[in-house]
Amino acid sequence: MNSIITVLGHDKVGIIAGVCNYLAESNINILDISQTILQGYFNMIMIVDMKGANKGFDAVADDLEKLGDKIGVSIRIQNEDIFNSMHRI
Amino acid sequence: MISKFEIIETNKMIQESKLDVRTITMGINLMDCADSDIDKFNEKVYNKITTCAKDLVKVGNELEKQFGIPIVNKRISVTPIAIAAAGCKTDSYVSVAQTLDRAAKDVGVNFIGGFSALVQKGCTRSDEILINSIPEALKVTERVCSSVNVGTTRNGINMDAVKRMGEIIKEAAELTKENDSLGCAKLVVFCNAVEDNPFMAGAFHGVGEKDCVINVGVSGPGVVKRALEESKGKDFETVCETIKRTAFKITRVGQLVAQEASKRLGVPFGIIDLSLAPTPEVGDSIAEIFEQLGLEKAGAPGTTAALALLNDNVKKGGVMASSYVGGLSGAFIPVSEDHGMIEAAEIGALTLEKLEAMTCVCSVGLDMIAIPGDTPAETISGIIADESAIGMINSKTTAVRIIPVIGKGVGETAHFGGLLGYAPIMPVNKYSCKDFIDRGGRIPAPIHSFKN
Repeated sequence: MNSIITVLGHDKVGIIAGVCNYLAESNINILDISQTILQGYFNMIMIVDMKGANKGFDAVADDLEKLGDKIGVSIRIQNEDIFNSMHRI
Repeated sequence: MISKFEIIETNKMIQESKLDVRTITMGINLMDCADSDIDKFNEKVYNKITTCAKDLVKVGNELEKQFGIPIVNKRISVTPIAIAAAGCKTDSYVSVAQTLDRAAKDVGVNFIGGFSALVQKGCTRSDEILINSIPEALKVTERVCSSVNVGTTRNGINMDAVKRMGEIIKEAAELTKENDSLGCAKLVVFCNAVEDNPFMAGAFHGVGEKDCVINVGVSGPGVVKRALEESKGKDFETVCETIKRTAFKITRVGQLVAQEASKRLGVPFGIIDLSLAPTPEVGDSIAEIFEQLGLEKAGAPGTTAALALLNDNVKKGGVMASSYVGGLSGAFIPVSEDHGMIEAAEIGALTLEKLEAMTCVCSVGLDMIAIPGDTPAETISGIIADESAIGMINSKTTAVRIIPVIGKGVGETAHFGGLLGYAPIMPVNKYSCKDFIDRGGRIPAPIHSFKN
């Protein structure tokens, strides 16, 4: 099952490192990353594969939210199906 | 692979335009609970509901987390109690309403619908017991919703029931007068009621349905409004295309949630109800869509046309996005649940008569409208008769959920709380219809109902 992680917030040192470290610890594989800075605003979208993850989806979602609070950005993870359903027939 | 822009678009819809799945409603058949002893009947009803729906809220919360989209309500609809309880030897169904309320609280749903009777052609003894129990039932319960169907295109209108419902609404208002007659906010009088509607207060589980089904109501007036901001000044073709495209996307999310909920609960998927349902929050309003379309206020000339095109294009866009569409499907125009409609009513832009015209082209009817508490019962019956006639002649669902707020008059405001919102008391035509309502009997089915 692929999931989409979106990270939004003011740019600072260590956002990607923080998220990637957590994903590595949780054995979640990153398939694609796209990241931009718009007027000082950090915007990253990752597509990840959770097949081998060592914890459940809900736990990952909670952890990422807490991690976001710690770094000072907003981090969301969503099942890819919501985007596929909405934009693909 | 999905593009970055698509991901951003979806998340903007959820975070900025308040896109949500309005309700997952589990329909439960109670016919197999029949018993001549009402206590045994209540016990069976409680057990069946709490068994079928034990995971409903949990699964709803899981889906909310996984897809990152709010699922605002988890609800239950049951077989109309006037049918399910018909075998009970009793003269009141208030204890059944209390059982439904207890079951709803124990499984954690915020409303349970189906304290209902279908009397379009006449009342059985059980229908009479149910209707007589409504005011007390709405007083002593918190989450139970009630509805009565008084007419259909196929059968005409039961004017005896129309008369009785005017009285029942007044009684319910009187019994709940400490809370601005809140009881009436949980009571709908229908013409052409549908059997698979997931929205309250009019949801019930029809007799042609499976034992247990999942119906989902989508929403998203905010998303439609936001999309229309980009078509400012453009012609109606552009407007309609924009609404269709948006409705398609919204409905796809509902379809996904419905299928997942059905799979996880092991309950068949029934229908998606393609409705635009507002909430009192700013940015989640049908009236704001009217303003975006170029009307100064909801109720201005052009409002009926605007609502007609909105309603039609929501359906056109949504139908292809779901395998089964049903329920009420269209735009809701509840006054107290939409801050733009409230404002329009407060300044006199929106009147009861204009709302009546709007109900000819939207999905339901006169919804969540507060009127003076001293409005006579027969006047309320007259309003119900008018709405039923619109439904009967136009082969559409119409409904009346009207609240005569005891102790309050025009210029004052009724507060219902939560999703039910607040409403200014609207003036009602003062001329009497008593002799008309007192005639009794039935209005026969219209000529175009004879299609065979």
